[in-house]
Amino acid sequence: MTLAHQTLALQTLGLSKSFGGFRANSDISLCVARGARHALIGPNGAGKTTFINLLTGVVPATSGTVRLLDEDVTRVSQQGRVKRGMARTYQINQLFADLTPIETVGLAIAEREGAGARWWSRVGQNSAVVDEAEALLTRMKLGEVMMWRTATLPYGKQRLLEIALAMACKPKLLLLDEPAAGVPEDERHDVLDSVEALPQDVTVLLIEHDMELVFSFADRISVLVQGQLFAEGGVEEISTDPRVKAVYLGEDAHV
Amino acid sequence: MLSKPPSTRPLGAQAPSPAAFLQARAAWRWPEILFWISAFGLILLFPNRHLLLNEIAILGLFALSLDLILGYAGIVSLGHAAFFGVGAYAAGLLAKHGVSEPVTGLLLSGAAAGLVGFLASFMILRGTDLTRLMVTLGVALIFHELANRLDWITGGADGLLGISVGPILGRFDFDFAGTTAYTYSLTATFLLFLLARRIVHSPFGLSLKALKDNHLRAATIGIAPNRRIVAIYTLAAVYAGMAGALLTQTTQFVSLEMLDFARSADALLVLVIGGSGYLYGGLIGAIAFKLMKDTLSAMTPAYWIFWMGFILVILVLIGRDRLMATLARPFAPLLKLLGARRP
Repeated sequence: MTLAHQTLALQTLGLSKSFGGFRANSDISLCVARGARHALIGPNGAGKTTFINLLTGVVPATSGTVRLLDEDVTRVSQQGRVKRGMARTYQINQLFADLTPIETVGLAIAEREGAGARWWSRVGQNSAVVDEAEALLTRMKLGEVMMWRTATLPYGKQRLLEIALAMACKPKLLLLDEPAAGVPEDERHDVLDSVEALPQDVTVLLIEHDMELVFSFADRISVLVQGQLFAEGGVEEISTDPRVKAVYLGEDAHV
Repeated sequence: MLSKPPSTRPLGAQAPSPAAFLQARAAWRWPEILFWISAFGLILLFPNRHLLLNEIAILGLFALSLDLILGYAGIVSLGHAAFFGVGAYAAGLLAKHGVSEPVTGLLLSGAAAGLVGFLASFMILRGTDLTRLMVTLGVALIFHELANRLDWITGGADGLLGISVGPILGRFDFDFAGTTAYTYSLTATFLLFLLARRIVHSPFGLSLKALKDNHLRAATIGIAPNRRIVAIYTLAAVYAGMAGALLTQTTQFVSLEMLDFARSADALLVLVIGGSGYLYGGLIGAIAFKLMKDTLSAMTPAYWIFWMGFILVILVLIGRDRLMATLARPFAPLLKLLGARRP
């Protein structure tokens, strides 16, 4: 039992969230193995965003527990979960428009190293932070634009910065919320490559609409429908499951 | 005969290293140095204007204090006069009850205002801009009423009388022309400016900008916003309190006017005029605001508030940026060099 636990990066047990009378998530028990490429799919309004907010601690769960790397983090703050190795990206860019990528990523690295609140040293003086930020941005194909204002970056570069910023937290578990959403075709390649090139020791939970990306990236898939876990299995299993097809293609597929 | 191989990199087109790029943000630019040399140079010039210059320096410091929370942390306030007033009354009471040395009084008054700011900061941690406006306004109103009612301490509506301020550091007496006063206030403002400049260019300062820019994401990368907000709000309160103390010490009088809503509003107006988020906005705005007020009230003693309001409405409707670009084109590059993001 303990051995089984140790191989899990993330585990939820009976996780539920109600907003008034509306059950956005009900009784979700999900296991994500360490090093997995796990995808969470589901139609619009299935409760995927609520589920991420419960995992990251943005909203408190109504009931149930969240375990991160075999530790109960249900009552741990958002920042506490980041420090314990959970990072996320956003479906709609949540970046610092006025800062440059080097500042943005440096900020996250400094924070991780406990140097983010220093008020007497200058930004840029901590060479360990700057070097790491530069290396990360170069790896994420942002080397050439790292001194631009974020607001002026092309959309695809901003999506890459979303992922780079999460990686700057050195996560053990990375929650990717539709990383390729809205990226124009000519920049899409860069984003998909970066997702593909994420280090193997980082566990990834991918929330995605794009089935092509899910089937090529994930080794395990969970389907969320109306706030509940509807199906779970390997790629082959899910892609041929008639019930999942029905959910995605509409009522007609039942016939 | 010794010819070196031609350099592959074009001269002068080399991109700076990231570390150099980041540190260049904090480098002093020559217009900044010029600004401070001029400010200190005025000690030797225009001795008959030193009382006005003293007021400008104090208003500049007060607006700088508001800029720390508004321009860097994105915290709106309609009650910043609360801390100005606490500092002003603290300085008055200290001087009245034996601590007549101004620098000691200044530091203690700053500490008193900082304590109040620290306690008040917990009320503005959560909520929207509107709740923050109301909470800060409410706190200032409470302090105004307290100063009014506790008249055995504060002198109530009559103001605090019998303040005697000794010579600065036991050596420099205040004079009637206000030269010592201006030198004193300007020096204090300059030193506090240096500290603020250091702080906004630190990792802490950068994290404040991140919080202002995107609160949600800042929390997602592990920045705990509350402690940062408490810290900067307390510091801003110290600054505001010291501005209040300077006014008390250089005018030897404290009245309820120190806690007036109009004073909080003035600080905001100064930042509207001068711009926020680059530290000089408060100082430049204070100069413009005081000179405008001075000129207008000399021209039309009865209607200067009307014209002041008129100018502010124009300023906000047309936008300072556009107005700057068209009316004061020569100043735009100067402001840019001073470090304004959008001159």
